[in-house]
Amino acid sequence: MDKDEHFTEFVTFSIAGQLFGLPIAQVQDVFKPMNITPVPLAGTEIAGVLNLRGRIVTAIEMRSRLEAQPRDSGAEAMAIGIEAKGESFGLLIDAVGEVLKLADFELESNPINLERKLAALSVGVYRLDGQLLVILDIDEVLRLRGEAAAA
Amino acid sequence: MDDLLREFLTETNENLERVDAEIVRFEHEPNNSEILSNIFRLVHTIKGTCGFLGLPRLETLAHATETLMSRFRDGMPVTGDAVTLVLSAIDRIKIILAEIEEEQGEGGGDDSDLIEVLYRLAGHARVNGSPASDAVDGVQDEPASPAPADANFAAREQNASERSGEKRERLTSYSIRVQVETLDNLMTRVSELVLTRNQLLEIVRRHEESDFKVPLQRLSNVTAELQEGVMKTRMQPIGNAWQKLPRIVRDLCAELGKDIELEMHGANTELDRQVLEMVKDPLTHLVRNCADHGIESPPERLAAGKTRSGKIRLSACHQGGHIIIEISDDGRGLDIERIRALALQRGLLSESDLAAKSDSEICNLIFTPGFSTATHVTSVSGRGVGMDVVRANVEQIGGTIDLKSVRKIGTTFSIKIPLTLAIVSALIVEVSGERFAIPQLSVLELVRTGGEHCIEWIKDTPVLRLRKALLPLLHLNEILHLGQSKPDHGFVVVMQVGNQVFGLVVDGLFHTEEIVIKPMSSKLRHIAAFSGTTILGDGAVIMIIDPNGIVQALGRASPVLARTPEAEAMEGEGAGKEDLTPLLVFRAGSQQPKAVPLSLISRLEEIDRGRIELSNGQHFVQYRGQLMPLLCIDARTSTDRNGMQPVLVFSDHSRSMGLLVDEIVDIVEQRLDVEIASEQPGVLGYAVVKGRATEVIDVGHFLPQAFADWLDQRDARPAPLAPKVLLVDDSAFFRDMLGPLIKAAGYRVHAAASAAQALAALSSGIAIDVVVTDIEMPGMDGFALATTLRQDPRTARIPVIALSAMVSTDAIHRGRRAGFHDFVAKFDRTGLIAAIKEQTDELHAAA
Repeated sequence: MDKDEHFTEFVTFSIAGQLFGLPIAQVQDVFKPMNITPVPLAGTEIAGVLNLRGRIVTAIEMRSRLEAQPRDSGAEAMAIGIEAKGESFGLLIDAVGEVLKLADFELESNPINLERKLAALSVGVYRLDGQLLVILDIDEVLRLRGEAAAA
Repeated sequence: MDDLLREFLTETNENLERVDAEIVRFEHEPNNSEILSNIFRLVHTIKGTCGFLGLPRLETLAHATETLMSRFRDGMPVTGDAVTLVLSAIDRIKIILAEIEEEQGEGGGDDSDLIEVLYRLAGHARVNGSPASDAVDGVQDEPASPAPADANFAAREQNASERSGEKRERLTSYSIRVQVETLDNLMTRVSELVLTRNQLLEIVRRHEESDFKVPLQRLSNVTAELQEGVMKTRMQPIGNAWQKLPRIVRDLCAELGKDIELEMHGANTELDRQVLEMVKDPLTHLVRNCADHGIESPPERLAAGKTRSGKIRLSACHQGGHIIIEISDDGRGLDIERIRALALQRGLLSESDLAAKSDSEICNLIFTPGFSTATHVTSVSGRGVGMDVVRANVEQIGGTIDLKSVRKIGTTFSIKIPLTLAIVSALIVEVSGERFAIPQLSVLELVRTGGEHCIEWIKDTPVLRLRKALLPLLHLNEILHLGQSKPDHGFVVVMQVGNQVFGLVVDGLFHTEEIVIKPMSSKLRHIAAFSGTTILGDGAVIMIIDPNGIVQALGRASPVLARTPEAEAMEGEGAGKEDLTPLLVFRAGSQQPKAVPLSLISRLEEIDRGRIELSNGQHFVQYRGQLMPLLCIDARTSTDRNGMQPVLVFSDHSRSMGLLVDEIVDIVEQRLDVEIASEQPGVLGYAVVKGRATEVIDVGHFLPQAFADWLDQRDARPAPLAPKVLLVDDSAFFRDMLGPLIKAAGYRVHAAASAAQALAALSSGIAIDVVVTDIEMPGMDGFALATTLRQDPRTARIPVIALSAMVSTDAIHRGRRAGFHDFVAKFDRTGLIAAIKEQTDELHAAA
């Protein structure tokens, strides 16, 4: 049970007071988003595009993705860099937490009463000391409404 | 050196390099057929290309080698001697190549010794006589033993391979092959370098006296050059994709017994290497297709009265951010009836579907999978690689393919490939504080607004007068739903997309910059206004405007746009709808619909209720840099809620007022008969619109309310000097509507309900400066009135302006003959005022 393959390392971060996690293998990097160019006519989840070391990154505002209140003005966001289907994305979050190594068997399925929007984006939940860690389903997170409507 | 020759040398040297290794294996495994065919193929290629390039010495040698190789392929045992001989031949080829590179000619060497031995071993007697063939006869009797000859070769070869080694090194410096991926990575790194450079520049700027200043300046320049250089590496002239076509056409001519000339234009048009690679095959296929199916045989051509030799024309050019490649032939054109029949026979379409299709749509059916028009399969085309594959290939790189065909005249294929991944020159513009890139290719010119070039409005449509042409305008901030821009000074980017020329209004212009188009994120690809993203020199990411996406907005900028007076007049002529009036139906206060002629409204706006200000008991809103008074049509129209409030904007020349309404319901076009007059102020009367009793609003009632001085100000002018307009119209509605408007423009108005009343007024001695008359009137019509006025010496000098629902050329001619000075469409409010002004000004000038 103490073998590495039964554990997954998660990058944890908080959005609107809730702790979330993504497997470290899915996270390219963590950066401070700067000079985000807003994209007119884009969906509300799209915070804009930015240049990260020569790559164009599409920034996704996780607060609007989760339909949470907008971040207080002045509060700076952090970004989780994701690579998906050859494209770069930056998930704008409130703050980055520590990397946790958690046993796979401890991942619990979504509580039945988990908010529906959240449940749709989550693969499961870890019960940590004093708080819950919601593990995000990155494919679902990147499936935006605007895009589906246009397709 | 000729590009073609250079490419041949590079390619052949590379292949020889590979074959060197193969040959060593060949020696060990002389019966390995795979190695044999590899070498055979190379030699065969050299032979073929030499023939094309006009290198007979190399061709002869390669041919002899090929002959021997083909014997091996046929099963002749491979001996060590034979391998040595083939090696010698290949080395000789290298020598000749080296000589070609050095002298750009084959040199005067003689290979007959080697050739003879090759043929002898192959067991062939040489058929065609060459100077060398005489020498053969002497040796032919000797037992086949190439050994003595080999000794000679060995010395020469050693010498030669040294020389060729040295030469090849030189050749590689001409060009090398690099993976596109490597270039992409390089590009990314350079972008990072640029970013870092900019950060450094920023830091140094803060420190006045820095030792870093000078070296950093140098670093900056080098970085810029590096960036430019790396960008250029990806670009290739399209001619590179055409190089092999002359040869292909030549071969086809021989094979098909046709005579075809290949013309190529715009070979220098540059496009991205990757795109180039992908367009190569479709192009080749189309050219083959033209040669095979398009161009007729010489007898057929002569019979059709054409020149003996057919022509295939290949051209490429940049157009609006795309590259257009056209392949046209002057052949027989597509057989539309045959395509129809085939489509039916293959079950692609039903008879009724086909009947509904135009000829050009039918032509495009050849791109459908499973379609081939060739009646017989030739070796050239019709081997199952159909036009559907061509289309698929073109579409794969985001392009489109189209064809035009005229029977007996020829066929033209146009391929349009977007410049995705390519570098374009772009104009960087600013609107509402954001920067955007507009591909320079679609920009015709730039105009600063204000002064001579100011933006004017035809009803709801902004236009710019540019060298006597009216240019439709689009505001970029409106298209992109950005905030208000600075209206006082801006720029118009005059753009062309296809045949459509239009102006895009922006706040500011920066420089032009060579930008690398980066594909759009999949999350943003649905936004038609943008074609991609790019990273600017300062590291910022900006969106690239897609002119094609923008031009779509021309059609739907506003509902009124499509309803210009011209359009109405034209419709009126065609469909007998001259009595139809476009009406805007809305609700305000009550549930009962209200209507106002659309022509009176200059804009429909939605304003944020939060922006409505109250001053002195009057509502105002900041609108286009001015305070616009707002009125409620009905006191019950609520203004206290939050959110957006629809507003009808009415504009005079310099002033606007807004009428607050609850909801805009519809725009209908119908005959306007005000059936019941109303006593209620602000309501002209009631009409039946779409089956419902509808209040017709009297705009004239509201204008003075908005500006207490709207009328006073004008009336303040010395009354006797204000020209007097005699307004003749049988419709009370129009009299009531136009009267206040003419008054508002500063004229005195005398209204008459018929021609008879008008004549009576004139003869009663009222001084009239201008007559404005309706044409269609019961009893005496407008034409008759004008004629009568002309005939009376007292009234002959009074200008007459005709108001007509239909402004047809015929009506204008008739009007001119009758003595009308001007013709104005009935709903063209601004036009009417302008016409009155023009006529009265002339009057004053004449006086």
